[in-house]
Amino acid sequence: MAPTNPGYVSLGERLVLWMDQLWTNVQGSGPYRWSAGMLRRVGLRGHRLVIAVPWLWLVLFFLIPFIIVLKISFAETRWLGTPPYGPLFDWVETQLHIRLNLANYLFLIRDALYVKAFLSSIKVAAVSTVICLLIGYPMAYAIARADLRWRNLLLLLVILPFWTSFLLRVYAWMGLLGSNGPINQLLMALGLIDEPLRMLNTDFAMYIGIVYSYLPFMILPLYSNLEKHDITLLEAAVDLGCKPFKAFLSITLPLSKPGIIAGSMLVFIPAVGEFVIPRLLGGTDSLMIGRVLWDEFFLNRNWPVASAVAIVLLIVLVIPIGIFQHYQMKEAEGEERQ
Amino acid sequence: MASPVQERKAPWLDPDAAPYIRIEGISKKFGDFVAVADVTLNIYRGEIFCLLGGSGCGKTTLLRMLAGFEQPTAGKIFIDGVDMSNVPPYERPVNMMFQSYALFPHMTVEQNVAFGLKQEGLPKAEIATRVAEMLSIVKLEQFSKRKPHQLSGGQRQRVALARALVKRPKVLLLDEPLAALDKKLREHTQFELVNIQERLGVTFIVVTHDQEEAMTLASRIGVMNQGRIVQVGTPHDIYEFPNTRFVAEFIGNVNMFEGVILEDEPDHVLIECRELGGNIYVGHGVSTAPEAIVWTAVRPEKMVLSRTEPEDPNNRATGVIKEIAYMGDLSVYLVQLDSGKIVRVTQPNIYRHAEDQLTWDERVWVSWHHTANVVVTE
Repeated sequence: MAPTNPGYVSLGERLVLWMDQLWTNVQGSGPYRWSAGMLRRVGLRGHRLVIAVPWLWLVLFFLIPFIIVLKISFAETRWLGTPPYGPLFDWVETQLHIRLNLANYLFLIRDALYVKAFLSSIKVAAVSTVICLLIGYPMAYAIARADLRWRNLLLLLVILPFWTSFLLRVYAWMGLLGSNGPINQLLMALGLIDEPLRMLNTDFAMYIGIVYSYLPFMILPLYSNLEKHDITLLEAAVDLGCKPFKAFLSITLPLSKPGIIAGSMLVFIPAVGEFVIPRLLGGTDSLMIGRVLWDEFFLNRNWPVASAVAIVLLIVLVIPIGIFQHYQMKEAEGEERQ
Repeated sequence: MASPVQERKAPWLDPDAAPYIRIEGISKKFGDFVAVADVTLNIYRGEIFCLLGGSGCGKTTLLRMLAGFEQPTAGKIFIDGVDMSNVPPYERPVNMMFQSYALFPHMTVEQNVAFGLKQEGLPKAEIATRVAEMLSIVKLEQFSKRKPHQLSGGQRQRVALARALVKRPKVLLLDEPLAALDKKLREHTQFELVNIQERLGVTFIVVTHDQEEAMTLASRIGVMNQGRIVQVGTPHDIYEFPNTRFVAEFIGNVNMFEGVILEDEPDHVLIECRELGGNIYVGHGVSTAPEAIVWTAVRPEKMVLSRTEPEDPNNRATGVIKEIAYMGDLSVYLVQLDSGKIVRVTQPNIYRHAEDQLTWDERVWVSWHHTANVVVTE
């Protein structure tokens, strides 16, 4: 290859030239001018047009399905709990009647199963979040303080599990924790136990699965926070008479609060609604709202109650998300002012 | 309270005075790189000692060894007679003001200043009094509840100073204390720093690359180059009697003439200088081998421009004015001597309307008095 050769055009350059030409052609074409004019007429241009794309996505794939689920949750379950249902709005003569059937929500409160499932899901998610934090914080800290040469490799190792299917990794744990699995075999070979420990299909296995699966979501936001910390702050604390560990507690820990909150939310929120891991690794008695939801939809075929469960779950999760957003905004404001 | 330096004779001239900080043969190596090479230095109580040098000269490493952040490869540091070798940074009687200030962003001004006192486990009431007292010294009382990001650069600098001084350290280490401030604020803060230092009587060790800052702040300056201290002296000594070419060129502007020694008497030296097209007479003795190559340094403000021939046959040359820069208080002339060498001469603008001023392309005499120059070695 001779880059100095004036006749030589690299593939990349050729591509850019081609794109440029294409863009010029598109801009000059009738349909482009027509649609751009139309968009402009409804006030969509420049950055508004760019923002409109995710908005459209959210409306189409989140808001509309949500409204459908909300509507189903208000439906009556007189016959079979599957569609079609009676209309939500009714014109009787000239009056609009809204038929809000709250029975499904009342059912959730009256039946202890649902309350229990909610509480136990929150407990499982909270415990998993704390364990993730306890394991993830030192890991994130070590990566953030590691030599620059190693940092990317270590981060890659954190992300590496995502390269295989989530389901496969959970199945792998089934093999590992099973009665004939390598862990039991090793313990027996060492003579530590006489008969295999029952680990699979217990809460223990479920926690392992959740913590294992969600740990990267804890480490990554913590890392991105800790990596930005100014080491001279710790030196300043030590200089002012603070021992190193206390300096960590009074400087690093409070400054990493946004990272802790972000990581905890990213673990807690999906863990509450987790279905696959409790199903595959947890015991039959491990009650999670995700499982209840599944059973309601596919075993009982009671869509209205299932929808009500989904709506309540959403509300339960919106509160921590709100807190999370609040802190993120505050952090962004602080950074802006600095 | 006036500083002890002013009260009596300068302690570094007093052979009986005991140094407050003794740096004995300190070296620091990072792998093969020698950051600090065998530095020995005595600093006295109540001094403002400036370590001056370009980037990478080892001045910051030396400061960090005083603070305890770096362990010396060889040598010892004594502060008030106590060997600091095995004293961790959190137990040293020194505090540091960081170049970035390193204020704790999640704490208010008050909490930042109180942080060091809390580590000592002092009673709350005493902490509050001392913090309030220190905030009034640095004039930040009304900002005590603010967070660092709500302060201006100058205010942050004063918080950093207050936080370090409130511990009443034996020595305050300042790493480029004024580098982050703009020019006007810097001048103002320089004098404020000196005032506070005199009021509290704390010994300051300042690291800076800015010679002007060093000149205004320091009782003494230690000029560093490539890990070594090349000259220690008062700002006056360093400016007027630099001992090496490096020091002469690093501090202020200087015209340097290379020459060969003709006469070397105890009271004077005569140097043949081709660049000048004549001889240089120096009013002090130099002990070097005859016919050695030496450099004569002459400060621009000590040179005189004239149309008439100076009486002294030495220390003079003719040349043509190539550039004139009018600076207000003074003017800078660049004169090309007949040898081709360009010298820099500054002349004060004493009169508002000087008639018949020197102008471009005019032939002039450049001369200086034989006490104005100094001979330096490589």
